Formats: sequence, structure tokens, C-alpha cells
Amino acid sequence: MRALRLSPAAIIGILAVAALPLLVRLLFPGSERYYLHILIQILFWSFIYTGWSLMGRFGLTSLGHGAFTGIGAYTTVLLWNYLGLSPWIGIPAGVLLATVVGVLVGYPCFRFRITGHYFALLTLALTEFVRLCIVGLRDYTGGSLGTQPARYGDGISLYAVQFEPDRMLSYYIAFALWLFGLFIWIRVDRSMDRYALDAASQDEDAASSVGIDVTREKLKITALSSGVCALGGAMFGQYQMYIGPETIAGLGLSLNMVFAVISGGMWVLLGPTVGAVFTQLLAEGLRVLIQGSTTLKNLLGSSALALDQMVYGLLLILFIIYMPRGILGTLSGWFSKSTPSK
Amino acid sequence: MDCQLDIFFAEALINGLLLAGLLALLALGLNVVFGVIDVVWICYAELVMVGMYGILYAYKGGAPFLLAALIGILVVAAAGALLHYLVIRPVLDTPPINQLLVTGGVLFFLQAAATMAFGIEFQNIGIRLGSVGFADMSFAWARVWAFLVALGGMFALWLFLKRTFMGTAIRAIAQDRQIMPLMGVDSRKLYLATSAIGGGLAGLAAALMVLQYDIYPQIGLQFGPLIFMICVLGGLGNMIGGFIAAFIISQFIAVGSSCFHTEWGYAVAFLFFMVAIFIRPQGLFGGKS
Repeated sequence: MRALRLSPAAIIGILAVAALPLLVRLLFPGSERYYLHILIQILFWSFIYTGWSLMGRFGLTSLGHGAFTGIGAYTTVLLWNYLGLSPWIGIPAGVLLATVVGVLVGYPCFRFRITGHYFALLTLALTEFVRLCIVGLRDYTGGSLGTQPARYGDGISLYAVQFEPDRMLSYYIAFALWLFGLFIWIRVDRSMDRYALDAASQDEDAASSVGIDVTREKLKITALSSGVCALGGAMFGQYQMYIGPETIAGLGLSLNMVFAVISGGMWVLLGPTVGAVFTQLLAEGLRVLIQGSTTLKNLLGSSALALDQMVYGLLLILFIIYMPRGILGTLSGWFSKSTPSK
Repeated sequence: MDCQLDIFFAEALINGLLLAGLLALLALGLNVVFGVIDVVWICYAELVMVGMYGILYAYKGGAPFLLAALIGILVVAAAGALLHYLVIRPVLDTPPINQLLVTGGVLFFLQAAATMAFGIEFQNIGIRLGSVGFADMSFAWARVWAFLVALGGMFALWLFLKRTFMGTAIRAIAQDRQIMPLMGVDSRKLYLATSAIGGGLAGLAAALMVLQYDIYPQIGLQFGPLIFMICVLGGLGNMIGGFIAAFIISQFIAVGSSCFHTEWGYAVAFLFFMVAIFIRPQGLFGGKS
């Protein structure tokens, strides 16, 4: 295991992100909580998106990761609410369960070479299956209305992994998680598995003919990716103090994951993060714009709430057609003369 | 909940069969596009939604239902062709998954556009066709008609593909995308026609659905995934297979919903789909492709 050496630029970048809440406190003393909330959401989503991109970058376009975030979040909350098990046990249990589901679905897929469209549609079925199970178990999960983890004490507790009232603390938890996600991405990027998977994504027959166990490699990355997303889902649920089948599981979420990563850039380290920044700021910006302008509000009425989704959909179409490597991928393509791996 | 083999069970079975006709028609539109152009329209159910709104407003605007249905079919056919022209064509030569994802953008767009244009309320066209009684069971005429028209639509498509020049050309290009252009065939025109046909079938299904279901912008998410399952389960380009797959899935839903909660019927259907694909990746009735 090679030590992870940080370049000066990386250290400055990490310090800058770490100092961001202090900047927010200086600039917006009145509405600190709101701005921190946006930053926290961006970091949590960045972590989840990075988890998705672990697989997505190797051509394994999964629409099933909404299932994994859902499994992580619901396992944690249900164990806490009904068995009183601390999330310190619940979160690993959720991650384990999601990994097992990922491997169970992944194994036959990779064994029988279900790829491309078929893989996407099969994982889509997995998402729907998990969502329907969540809704169906409404006696425990609250059905489509969702449920809340029981508040422990004043809502800040190490034992119950609850931190929502303290936004500063939440920020640094999300920040640590985000760094952890980047660390995993780098480890994968520098491993031999990455070359094996790159080869397999380009030509499976050729890859296996040079001795790569394609099924095994794909399973490894699937297990890792589903585990990361389950952890992200569980932690995001703990921050939101609410989980619902549409907010933490489901097809909409799965599609969001794919699109955010594509818009940011699938093949670069910070691509998913840029995707999260981009999509969150787009939604938030349009919302503020509509709320702030009376003309727009009168013109559109309550339906204005759908405007951000419409712009979002339109941008995605444009991105995939004109900028398939995403914002960061395209930018870094301009700056570096060397051809990127993809 | 208990489940007995009584008259309600039989009613559920037959209702499942009637639903199968509609689902088979829905899957057929997607299947045509999937089989010929090799593109999955993730936004397919949203096209149906657009058709349903089109028919609803045409009917409310004073057009008789059949005319409104025709307008709906034409609107969705045009939408299908437009979708291909504007969105699919630019990414036709990129990795296949991009084509699936780009239509996902269209899904968001159409859903949000419908929310903005028509609001989130559930709307109903307000046509009551009554129901037909048979041996203590009763079936809504809307469902019976949907079944019959769906069968008719499938037969019409089959005739078109087998008996017309255009249909033959479409079947040919589905078999070999590389060779056909070398034979002097304009594949772009054929793809456009195929997209219009796929859209038209979606429009026909919309006309049948509008009589049975309330319309709201998110309706696509409810039955969209089902259509994909049926399409894959039946095997690509296999119309009979598609029908049988639709029948299996709809029985899961109809019987499951009558014995348990609705979600469990759906959940078991999805589970069945996953297991079936693991056992037969080419679809239950698909040949080697």
C-alpha cells in the first residue's frame, strides 16, 4: 500500500473547503444555517455520487443505487426505532445488507454478461423492488409518507449519531465523509483493479483472455460502490432526521445520481463533487430566483416549483449530447494536452 | 389477508388478462423502437402521459372522443419523431448507455413541463362506459375495450411490418444496421418512421388509458418501469413473447393486489423479472441475438 501523498494544491483545496463554514459565518451572519445547510447537502450528495461513479466510470451504469441508499438509511433508522440499536451498529448493518444485495444482483449480471441497456433496466427493477418493499412494509417504515429516527435527548448525541441541530458539527461530519469518499476513489484509481476494469469495460473477451477475472473484478467494485452509497444514504438520513421512499430511495434518486455525475464528469476525481455543486446550486438558485421575483411568481404560480426540474432536464440533454465528459472532464481536457483515459 | 379461490379470484384473473392487453400494447411501442433503433426510451411512459393530456384537453375542448383520441395518437407520434430527431440522432453513434440517459433528461423535462402546464392535480376525462356483468363478475367496459383495441393495434402493426414495403425495410434494418445503408436505404428516414410508429402506439395506449385512469404528471413513474420489464422479459422484437410477458406480469399485479396490498403484487413482479432475466438473459421467449 502506497502512502497517499498530497500535493500542495490538494492541501490548499482541502483547507479551503474546511474553512468554508467560517467564511459563511463571516459573510452571512444572519442566515448562516441556511447556507450551511446547502453546503452540507452538497457534501453528502458528493459522497454518494462519488460512490456511484466508482462503478459508473467502468461502464457499469447502474440505476439501482437508489436502492442502496434506501437500504442503508432504512436499516439504520428501523434498527434504531424498533430495536433500540445504536446507528453505530445500524449503519454497518445497512452497509453490509446493501453490499450483499449488490453482490447478489451483480453476480448473475456479470456472470451472464448482462451489460448496457439490460444492466440499466435490471438495476432499475431492483430500485423499484426496494422502493415497493419500503412502501409495502408501511407498518414499520411509514409507507410513502416516510419516517423519522426517534430523537435522542436534545438531538445531538454520539451514541445515536444525531447531529442535525448543530450545523457546524454537521458540516464537518459531511466534510469528513466527503474526504473519505475521495480517498476511496483515489485508492481505486491507483489500484491494479482499475486497469483490469478499464480493460473489461472496453473489451470483455480480450480482458478475460489476458487472465483478468472479469466477474470477480466487477463484483468487487459493485460491493464497494453499493456499500459507499448505503453509508451515504444512512448518514444523510441521520442529518435530515427524515427518510422517505422518494427522498432516499427510488427511481428519481437513481436517475439524479447518474445525471449529477455525468454533468460533473464521470472520469475525474472531483467530477461527482462538481456535479453535486452544479445540481444543488441550480435547483437552489432557480428557487431563489423565482421566490425573489414577483413577476415570475405571478406568471407561473405554484407550478414554478417544477421549473428547476425542467431546466435540469433540458441541461442534461444538452450535456449528454454536447459535453458527455461533464463540466470538469471537459475543463481538464482543455488544460491538459495528454489524452485522458476515456 | 387471505386468498381464496372464489369468484373474486376469478375476477382478478380476468381483470389481469384485460390489463395484459393494454400493457402488451404499451410494451409494443417501446419494443419497436428498442428492436429497430436499439435505443431505450426511458421517457416512453412520459410520452404516454403527454398523449393522455392531449386527449383530455382535446375532449374538453369539444372534440368527440374518437377525434380526440386520433389527435392524441398523432401528437404522440409527432413527439416520438421529434424525440428521435432532436435528442436521439445526435447521440446515435455514442455508447448505447448515453442514448438511454439522454431520454432520462427528456423524462425530467416532460414531467416538469406537464406539472407547469397542467398542475399536479389528478384529472379525469369523465367518460363512463359502465360495466358488463358475467356470471356474478363485473368488468368495466373501458377495460374490455382496451383489451380489444390493443389486440387490434398489435395485429395492425404486424400486418404493417409483414405486408408493406416500409415494414419490410424496417424489419431488415433491425436485422443489420450496417448493411442496409450500403443497400441504398436511408436509415435516417426509417429510424424517424419507426420512432413515429412507436410514438403512435404510445398514443393509442394513451387513448385507452385515459378512459381508465386519472391523469397526473407523475403517472409515468407508476407504470413506466413495468413497460421496460415486459419489453425485456418478452425478448426483443418478439411480439408474441411481449404479450405473454405482459400476461405474466399483469397476473402478478392483479392477483397480488387482490390478495395482498397493491405494492406486493408489483414487488413480486419485479423480483420475478430479475430472477427470470438471470435465468434467461435474452428474455423468456427471445432467440439468440
